[in-house]
Amino acid sequence: MPRVKIPRKSTSIDMTAMCDVAFLLLTFFILTAKPRVEDPVPVDTPGAATQVILPETDIATMTIGGKGKVFFGVEGFEVRKQLLQRMGEKYKIGFTQSELDRFAVMPNIGVPMSQVKQFINLDADQRKAFKAPGIPTDSVSNELYNWIHEARVVNKNLSNKELRITIKGDSKEEYPTIQRIIAILQKQEVNKFSLITTLRGK
Amino acid sequence: MAELDTSGGGGKKGGKVRSKKQSTRVDLTAMVDLAFLLVTFFMLTTTLSKPKAMDLAMPDKNEENPQEQEPIAASRTVTVLLGKDNRLEWFVGTPTDPLSAPTVDNYGKDGIRKVLIEKGQEIKQKTGKDMFVIVKPSDKSIYKNMIDIIDELNITNNKLYAIVDITPVEIKLLQDVGLY
Repeated sequence: MPRVKIPRKSTSIDMTAMCDVAFLLLTFFILTAKPRVEDPVPVDTPGAATQVILPETDIATMTIGGKGKVFFGVEGFEVRKQLLQRMGEKYKIGFTQSELDRFAVMPNIGVPMSQVKQFINLDADQRKAFKAPGIPTDSVSNELYNWIHEARVVNKNLSNKELRITIKGDSKEEYPTIQRIIAILQKQEVNKFSLITTLRGK
Repeated sequence: MAELDTSGGGGKKGGKVRSKKQSTRVDLTAMVDLAFLLVTFFMLTTTLSKPKAMDLAMPDKNEENPQEQEPIAASRTVTVLLGKDNRLEWFVGTPTDPLSAPTVDNYGKDGIRKVLIEKGQEIKQKTGKDMFVIVKPSDKSIYKNMIDIIDELNITNNKLYAIVDITPVEIKLLQDVGLY
């Protein structure tokens, strides 16, 4: 009796459709991906079980770390440009168009107003090595107050939405620093804000 | 898995030289592998880097007319003082005349969370109203303590709470138990 021969089928599958889907997804994720913003100071955010996800736009972040240093950053290129322009007017510092463009790509700022011009003109390597002292939070120069206030005004003008203020603090940061910043926010009647945390189990 | 060209040359027919028919199929397996690897990578990195936060509403600082503030019965307020070394102290009522002796406790499941749940039920039974928690972080506490206590309040579902500046009387209380 002859053995029944099973016809050998090719094991290869048509991968074209799968490839299409894979690359479509890949393109989508690449386009929506945002480069991670590096913190100017090492910040270890405290963990919390209750969380809300923050929006991507209309948001300003205050990074607090390294013994009371405060950095301020706001989302959106156009917002940043107009913010610097307004701050320049307030402190009588003129910024050129190229300086505004350079500022627009900076995720945050952490120097007193008198050093901002100098800081913007540093190149990438120098900026990395630069030890930023943080924005002064004292009530004499009122710089942090003005940064927040102007950012809120600019954001309201541009997108007609209230700017959401978030605080990203280091867990070891002493409470008086946080208290001072909350007081600055409350002085301009920002009573509701968000504290950035990492996820933790209950 | 590579496709072999099985169509063959077709042999020579009529002496005409025919160009060999090449298969147009390309093996896409490796390409799909790579694409899915990258998809996985981007998917994980984008969802992980989304910042998460918790909302905090501070009491309005009504400096012009502080009389407008509503008084709350001392019997339903629990004051939590945040001291140093990740410790806290809590009491019911006012600092000068507390309804329960100030107790030192720690953060977490067996510490303040238990207190908040128990006191919340007790006060609800006694007064018929919800407990009001006043958090007073001292200068010696750190940012993490403040997040922890708000987190505990959120976990125990306490909507009525406020973060208020500490007073000298309360600093004295913390000093008595060595938390300042």
